[in-house]
Amino acid sequence: MLRDALLVGAKDLRVEVRSRVALNQVAPFAVLVLVLFAFALDPDRGLLASAAPGLYWIAVTFSALLAIQRSFAVEAADGARDGLRLSGLDPAGIFLGKAAAIAGQLLVLEVLLGVGVVVLYGTELRGGTVLALTCLAATAGLAAAGTLAGVLAAGLRVRETLLPLLLVPVAAPVVLAATKAWEAALDGQSDQGWPWLRLLGAFAAVYVAFGVVAFGPLLEEA
Amino acid sequence: MAPAIRMHRAVVLLGRFPALAGADLLVEAGEVVHLSGPNGAGKSTLLRACAGLVPVVEGEAEILGHDLRRHPRAARRRVGLLGHATFLYDDLTVEDNVLFALRAAGAGTAAVEAALVRLGLSGRLRGVAAGRLSAGQRRRVALAVLEARRPELWLLDEPHAGIDAAGRDLVDELVLEAAAAGATVVIASHELERAAALTPRMLVVSGGSVTPAASPGTLANTAAAGA
Amino acid sequence: MKTRILGLLAAVSLVATLVVGWRLPPTEEQAGYARLIAVHPALAWTAYIAFGVMALGSLLYLLPATRSRKWDRLAGASGEVGVVFTALMLVTGSIWGRPTWGTWWVWDARLTLSALMLALLFGYVALRKVDMDVDRRAIISAVTGVAAVLVVPINHFAVTWWRTLHQGRSAATLAPSSNLDGSYLRAMFLGMVAMMLVYAWLLIHRIRLERLEEENRGADLAVALAERRAEAHDGAVSGAPDGGAVVGS
Repeated sequence: MLRDALLVGAKDLRVEVRSRVALNQVAPFAVLVLVLFAFALDPDRGLLASAAPGLYWIAVTFSALLAIQRSFAVEAADGARDGLRLSGLDPAGIFLGKAAAIAGQLLVLEVLLGVGVVVLYGTELRGGTVLALTCLAATAGLAAAGTLAGVLAAGLRVRETLLPLLLVPVAAPVVLAATKAWEAALDGQSDQGWPWLRLLGAFAAVYVAFGVVAFGPLLEEA
Repeated sequence: MAPAIRMHRAVVLLGRFPALAGADLLVEAGEVVHLSGPNGAGKSTLLRACAGLVPVVEGEAEILGHDLRRHPRAARRRVGLLGHATFLYDDLTVEDNVLFALRAAGAGTAAVEAALVRLGLSGRLRGVAAGRLSAGQRRRVALAVLEARRPELWLLDEPHAGIDAAGRDLVDELVLEAAAAGATVVIASHELERAAALTPRMLVVSGGSVTPAASPGTLANTAAAGA
Repeated sequence: MKTRILGLLAAVSLVATLVVGWRLPPTEEQAGYARLIAVHPALAWTAYIAFGVMALGSLLYLLPATRSRKWDRLAGASGEVGVVFTALMLVTGSIWGRPTWGTWWVWDARLTLSALMLALLFGYVALRKVDMDVDRRAIISAVTGVAAVLVVPINHFAVTWWRTLHQGRSAATLAPSSNLDGSYLRAMFLGMVAMMLVYAWLLIHRIRLERLEEENRGADLAVALAERRAEAHDGAVSGAPDGGAVVGS
């Protein structure tokens, strides 16, 4: 299973390195979202700085939707999804590999967006441990639930519109918990961030486990 | 030894359309079989069903002794399909595509170099992204995967289509070599003469079922309908 | 025929709920809006049950040991009916909240959770509406249903902490249990019985409709198989120029 996960994950990252879709399209979009928030919330009244954690995680969630769409568009081209099924790869391995590749891309994006928040919103980064751990746990959860939603919608005519409707309600507690954990850390009260971090960890664990179990039937019978 | 393919009254649905409407097929291990029949007869669906890509919803289907309806995955590592789609990633190079396909199938990569040379992909093309290849070149990459993998059951859907004259001869060579090495090969093709040179056993697929080509008359009809 | 009795009971109890609810005396705090106690808690209760049944049906379909088409039909029907009850719960809650809180919506934990539940149900039902093979739809929606219920406990902690860490306002003010006198309680329980009967009646009919559709599809299949086999016959015997070749899809 892990061997197959490595194989699929490495393949997806190689596709990204060659095509640079995440780098050249998703990342600029994410930064643009940060700029749009500045239009919506008056930059002079300190609203942006105080809302920064929430805006940051909304930007991450939107970007995650794009990254997931891309991850499954790659498989849909010229029957590659059939190729994966035909290969006899362990479905759990495919799930973990695709989720890991999405998570990897999101983590890079989060660093970039972190810089964006500091530069554009004047946010001072504090509580680095909680910030970083929040990114790891929230990203793992988003990637796991997103990969699951991605394969659910893959192959349907309405996949582009269905994916957000399936994923966003499930990902809602991730956005909430990650925002609260970041708020606590940025306020210099990292200890208040830990309950949220544990919640993020639980979410990630639940959806990674469910994805490992459910991906087989989904790939085989759907 | 279990037959390579055994189907009894197998039904495959594409949406609500019965692409296979109770097909019977018996192919012994080591045989080379030619499937003929008009467009839309169900040849591609038959091959895809044998590869476990579309589910057999009624009837019986066994591939290399594995029950397709219960364990569709079990047979897959032993089956190689050359379909209309080539299962290539447009953004990966030819070589990376072949390597990934082999590793995914759990096959060794020792034969990759020879296969690339054999299919004329060893030069500049090796490092070209698959998305920039012509249709014929993509077929060659897919064939290179099969040649390097050497599965026990080859399912070739129109292997001669969209490929140049030298490529067609190469396809025939690969089929004969695979058969000589003991593999089973099923070819769906409209190229009756070429296929006849490869194997005497021809089956006609029509209306979602399979019948042996008993008489020259049937053959002529099929040719007319397939043209 | 049994469902006719069920339907009758549902209709009678629903009318009784409306009559009893309408005749409840207004309270000091909430005036006439207090009558909503006859329907709102019952709608909420039924909505949660519908969600639970959707999740249970999904799980039973997903487990290989219990996989059966009936669980898919149960889950799908309960999801669809659940959307109606959840939406009505939010609407009646809003109507109630307007005089009580002064706004249509407050970011109360229970309200937020209900809204998230409605969003999950919307996703589930939208997926089921997509035209695809029945078995495929069954497996995809079963996974979606289980994925939706898995998030509920996490949502619960997240939203409760979120709201209670800031202020103590909660939907508890909606149900003034302290000064709830007998007539209100009776109306509330009557409402619950009525809504459960309506839910059961809708559920059974939705399942029946789905089963009929599937049987119809099965009958179509027999015809389609015969037609498909006939193509072979036409092609081989008559040798008509377009025989058998016209099936391209």
